[in-house]
Parts: sequence; structure tokens; C-alpha cells
Amino acid sequence: MPRETTGQARAGRIVEVQDLSVRFVTRDADISVVQDVSFTLDAGEVLCLLGESGSGKSVTMRSLLGLLPPTARVGGRVMVSGHEVTRMTERQLESVRGPVAAMVFQEPMTAFDPVFTIGTQIAETIVSHEGISYRVARARVLELLELVQIPSAARRLDAYPHELSGGLRQRAMIALALSCSPALLLADEPTTALDATVQIQILLLLRQLQRDLGMATIFVTHDIGVACEIADRVAIMYAGRFVETGPIDTLISHPAHPYTIGLLSSTVHESSRGRPLAPIQGGPPDLADLPGGCGFAPRCVARTALCDQVRPTLIPFSTTRAAACHHPALETAPA
Amino acid sequence: MHLYILRRLLYTIPIIIGVSLVCFSFIHLAPGDPINSVLPEQASAEVVAQIKAAYGFDKPLPIQYLKWFSNVLSGDFGLSIMTRRPVLSEVGPAVAHTALLAVSATLLSFLLGTSLGLVAGMTTRRVTDRSVTAFSVVGISLPHYWLGMVMVVIFAVKMRMLPATGMGPAGADLTQFGIEDIKHLLLPAVTLAMIPTGIIARSVRATVAEVRRQDFVQTLKGKGLRRPRMFLHVIKNAAPPAIAIMGLQFAQLLGGSILVETVFSWPGTGFLLNAAISTRDLPLLQGTVIVLATFFVLTNVLVDIVQTLIDPRVRRA
Repeated sequence: MPRETTGQARAGRIVEVQDLSVRFVTRDADISVVQDVSFTLDAGEVLCLLGESGSGKSVTMRSLLGLLPPTARVGGRVMVSGHEVTRMTERQLESVRGPVAAMVFQEPMTAFDPVFTIGTQIAETIVSHEGISYRVARARVLELLELVQIPSAARRLDAYPHELSGGLRQRAMIALALSCSPALLLADEPTTALDATVQIQILLLLRQLQRDLGMATIFVTHDIGVACEIADRVAIMYAGRFVETGPIDTLISHPAHPYTIGLLSSTVHESSRGRPLAPIQGGPPDLADLPGGCGFAPRCVARTALCDQVRPTLIPFSTTRAAACHHPALETAPA
Repeated sequence: MHLYILRRLLYTIPIIIGVSLVCFSFIHLAPGDPINSVLPEQASAEVVAQIKAAYGFDKPLPIQYLKWFSNVLSGDFGLSIMTRRPVLSEVGPAVAHTALLAVSATLLSFLLGTSLGLVAGMTTRRVTDRSVTAFSVVGISLPHYWLGMVMVVIFAVKMRMLPATGMGPAGADLTQFGIEDIKHLLLPAVTLAMIPTGIIARSVRATVAEVRRQDFVQTLKGKGLRRPRMFLHVIKNAAPPAIAIMGLQFAQLLGGSILVETVFSWPGTGFLLNAAISTRDLPLLQGTVIVLATFFVLTNVLVDIVQTLIDPRVRRA
């Protein structure tokens, strides 16, 4: 049943993804970048998609907005606030992008048009979706810039992107994403391009706004530290598939999939003090030439003959958690 | 901003001095003597010396240059050796005639080139894009004087629709402009517009295609902007480089085309330069070149200023 998508109070299911697959098809290549991805997300929930470069996390997120290059072929079903995004035309998608789901991009340096002011670029979004005048929209933009804690916001309205620092630009980008009160906020590595000290400020701001506004949020990152900071749930992606999903705290404390275990032991954290880091052997897989069985098998420490023959599917092993592995480390996981 | 414009204008002074120096020395490096072409062959050495002294050709070159340039600054471009009339009264009408042709060709090529380039840039790698690219390559590669002659053969000789050569009765006087004048203007303007159209179409296409590949276009798409508004963003980003190319083309057209003006007997600066070169009329040649160079430099300044008005990032420079 389609849900009410406007207004402040939102509840229930915002995102429903079923068997999403994305292939990039060109004249001389046909590459699967996302396969069999299914998940749901409720209002007020934060899901982190965690994985290496090329694991399909960005593509998964962008397919929620239909924001993929023309070479992409999308399969499966994506529902966002009652809109079946996978079946919409480009024209229909225009009304989803902004008021239903909005995105914060990775590069605040290049994500704004350099020849329009920040104020105009946010205002035109509101004008375009709500048909109000630029004068009214401008007042809204000022409120938004204050909401994202941009100092002397009134002056920044008429600033061009190159006149702002990276951190301020990313705050402006968040203001842009929030401008039409979306039910779903998508953030594509929003802190990766920033200085370490600015990163944590932006992260805290995003978490606070997400809680205050009750938005469902999907956060793409390759940084486990960032995921711990902001996520309720995590989905670990490898070679275009979900390999493990679960609540952030138990997943970090009791990882089940060998890839998750590898990721955690190759990350610096409190308990790793004084011990050498254990990197995952090998490199990211070639998506054009994936093994027939488990995609992670060539790099896996728990690999058996079964792993090379049969691809494991994502199987729940508790009420909240699931892993796609023939040999999950279940003995350490709570039931 | 005003400071920027002022500074930009001041920069033109050394440029024009440089241009005048180069033009003066190149003309004097070239073989041939203006005196020989006016005097009868049996003129005695004294007469030659007398005439040379009268025109100042007996002085060392640096002195000649300084004298000429200071005269130019006070508006005195000297007398044409051939016609014995002031250079300025020869150059003035020629500049007006060429300007009429140049402005018409410019308008034509801006309109056609920009629209073709936009269509191609918005539809990269599709049929429309490929046809525009093919058309502009042909436009740039065809020798325009040849195209001019072909068009004369077709439209003037065979079909008898348009006059083959010359200007209309009104000259460059726009208040008297009539259908006959437009008929005269048509063939040379189209011929002259051919190359700039190709160049503008190609560069507008490249700029638009490049702008569309930039990250911010994803943001615009991601916030659900309608197509006309997206188009506005693309245009405003593509405008500064496109305007630079167009300005350059206009400046070049303003210089007149010796070949096209000769083919159509259009009494403009190109025609005048041709005459001045073949008769070694030094004062006329120098005067024409310096006037044209000044126009060229000023057009470029104008383009710079317009670019600055559009692109906020240039303003700080």
C-alpha cells in the first residue's frame, strides 16, 4: 500500500529492495556489479553499506534514485516510499529525487555548479518541486543553512562554491539534500574527501539531523569507524553481493563471515593495540571474471572444496543477522 | 570589477605598441620600394633622393618608426602614395564595408554554429552529433574562396538570382539599406561565415559535452531538476569558453578576408590591403594594419570582460 510521503511525521517502511541486480552493458563488455541484493529500511533507521571500492555499494545506493549511467541494466524491484523506482521513467523520477529521496555526494568540491551561488542552487530545488517563488525559497534556504550550522549563513547565501571551504561546502550539500524534506537520505561517502577533523563534525551533524528529522538513511562507506559512529545496521558488500548483514554492535563484536573478520582485523581499533595488523590476502576481485562458487573463496582462510562449487546465499542465523558463507564463524556469534 | 576592466584596457597599450613595431619592421623587411612604383624609370638619382626625403624614407628606420607612430597617435596616418589622399580617408570606408560584411557573417555563424554545437553536445555519439561534426569538418576544410566562386557560378551565373560581385547601392549606410543591398551581401556573407560556423559548432559541441560530464550534473539530476533548468546550468557553464572562441572569430572576420573580398570585389579592408601590398603603398599598408590590429585587440578585451561577467571564478584573477 502506498504510504504518505509528505509531512514531518513518517513511520514504517521507507525502502524495500528485492533481488536488485545491476549490470553495466557496453558493446564489448557485460559486467554484473550488483547481484541478488535485498533489504528493507524503516523510517528513522540508518543502514550502512560497507565494502571495498568496486564492491557495488555506491551502485546499490544510486539505484534507489535511478541515478545510474545509461549503460546500466537494472533488475529486481526497488520501492522507495511507495514509489517503484525501478519502473519509473526519467521524467517520473524527477519528482522522486528531492522530496522522496535525496543524496549527499562524496565530492563537495565538484558536486556544486561552479557558476551559480550556493543559495540559488538550493533555492532552485525547492522552487522546482514546490512551485513557490524564489523570494520565499530564499528564506527557506537561509533556515536550511542555519540548520546545518553554517556560520554567518545570510552571507553564504550569495557565496559561490569556490568561496567556501570543503567542510562548509559539504554542509551546504547536506542543506541541499534536506531542502525538500526527503523521507530517505542517501549519503555516498560524504566524509571521505574531507580533513579528519572536519569528517567527525560532518558525521555528528548528519547523525543529529537524521535523528531530529526521523529520516531513513543509507550511508555508503569503506570506513568501519564511520559505520560504528552512525549506523544502526550494517550490510557488508563483496563483489556486488551482501555477504553479511546485522546490527552494528553485534556484527562488530562477533563477525560471522570470514570477509568481515578479515576487514575488522585489518582495521586499527582499541583491542588491536600493540599487535600487527592482519591484512586480507589478495586483491579485490575482477567483476568481469568472478569464480563460479563463493566470490570471496580465492582470498578466504576458511575455504573448502564446497566454496569453489556452490555459491553461498545470504542465510539468517539469528533473528537480526545473516551471512552468505558455507563456514560462518557461528560459535562466536550470539544466538 | 571596474579596476579589472581598467587594468585590462591598460594592458592593450603595450600590446598595440608591440603590434605597431612588428608591423612596421616586417613591412620594411619586405623587398620592393614604394618610390620605384610611383616614379618613372628614368628618374635621376637627385629626384629619387628628393622624393625619399619628402616622405622621410631617407632617415634611419627607428627614426622613421617614431615619427610615424607619434603621427598616428595624433590621428595623422600620412598620405597614401598611390592616391595621395590621407590614409585614414581610405581606411575609414573600407573598415565600414568590412564591418558590415563581418557583422553579417558573424551573426550568421553564431546563430548556426551555436545551435548546431548545442544539438550535437546534448546528443553526443548519436546521429545528430555525428552529422554536425561531419558538417563542421567539411565547413572548415573547404577553401572559402573556392566555395565563393562555386556559389557565384550557381546563384549568379546559372540561376541569375544574386549579383556576382560588388556592394549594393547603399554601401555601408544602413539607413539606405534595401533589398538590392541584401542581395549583394548574401553570397559573400555566407561564404565568409562558413569557416567560423564550423569552428564554433565544434567548440560549442566539445564544451557542452565536457560540461555534461562534470560531477555537478549528477547533483542536478539527483535533486530532480527539470530539463529546461538543467539546460540553463549547462549553458551558463559552457558560455565562457564558447564566447572566447566567438570573439576570436569575430575579431578575425573584422580584419577582412583578402581572398573573399577579392573574389566578390567587396571594397573592404582585405581588398585595400591587397591593393596596398601590390603597389607597395607603405603608409596605406601600415595604417590599415594598425587600425585592424587595434580592433582585434579591443574585441579580445571585450570578450575577456564578458567572460568575467559570466564566470565568477575568473573575477579574482
